[in-house]
Amino acid sequence: MTDNTPQIVAFCCSNCASAAANVAEGMKMTMPGNVKIIQVPCTGRIEVLHLLKPFEEGADGVYVAGCQEDSCQYVTGITKAAKRVAHVKKILEELEIEPDRIEVFNLSAGKGQEFVEMAHEMTGKIKGLGPVLP
Amino acid sequence: MIVAEPKPIKEILEMVRDLKKILIVGCKGCVTVCNVGGSKEVAILASTLRIAAKKNGKEIEIGEETLERQCDPEYIEEIKDIINDYDAVISIACGVGPQFLSERYPATRVFPGVNTRFMGGAIEHGIWSERCAGCGTCVVHYFGGLCPIARCSKSLLNGPCGGSNNGKCEISGDVDCIWDIIVRKMMEQGRLDELLEFKPPKSWMTARDGGPRTMTREELVK
Repeated sequence: MTDNTPQIVAFCCSNCASAAANVAEGMKMTMPGNVKIIQVPCTGRIEVLHLLKPFEEGADGVYVAGCQEDSCQYVTGITKAAKRVAHVKKILEELEIEPDRIEVFNLSAGKGQEFVEMAHEMTGKIKGLGPVLP
Repeated sequence: MIVAEPKPIKEILEMVRDLKKILIVGCKGCVTVCNVGGSKEVAILASTLRIAAKKNGKEIEIGEETLERQCDPEYIEEIKDIINDYDAVISIACGVGPQFLSERYPATRVFPGVNTRFMGGAIEHGIWSERCAGCGTCVVHYFGGLCPIARCSKSLLNGPCGGSNNGKCEISGDVDCIWDIIVRKMMEQGRLDELLEFKPPKSWMTARDGGPRTMTREELVK
């Protein structure tokens, strides 16, 4: 965290979240600069290790933005991702790090405004928690 | 396969609390198949320990290795050139692994990173169930191919007991009564009469009760 600005990594599904990002861009909505987006073909490919690595490298928060559970392009991708996020929450708890530092969000391709709002929501929440490192 | 589960992170952190250089060693055998001790899990544990160290303001160096198996000496040998670079090893193989490592490298502290649970199989992805108690004298053919030693809470050979209730064991509604399954299967196969034959008390000399076991096959010994 630099100057009280949390560093956040967002894993975004290329089928919904990235399309939502394009919609947001069309609406001239801007993403907070502290959120680094990693686009993935499907959130189901995101492993526990992928979710831990940002924390290891100094990130203050991580989130996964994927499809709605009932309309996932690859049927169960976001469901799997949600389970892995839940697992990482448990690991963070065991390390006495706030589990709220990692979240999963569901959205659809047209939800540009929500895509930007979730980035701001996560930034605000992590800012409230402060940095991971003492 | 041998089925294991990760030890709680806090327990592992307590084990290696004062150590700065740690080698995590995985195994490509059973524990890879049950998603607890393969190269992926080595990387996850390494990352977790690094995050913990950063959070606590500690310097830590973690090496990652995954051996073909930790239950064969030739693979244990593969880390001989690097093991002395570390203060300790965390083995995330079954209980055999840390012991083979400890025996081969007597000067090195070896910690177990998983709890070994049982011999069993995956009944669906992410769910494992015990099937074998390693009694050393297999008798499943008397019981429709199912093992009452491993799967009956009392290891009854002339079951079921009075605790069988609607196909479930009295210890828990989540545990199937294997004797209920055995009887039904033998009825389906028209072999129920075979179960009427009394099975005398089993000799447990070939099981763990006979003490630590060793097996020698002369045709394989060099």
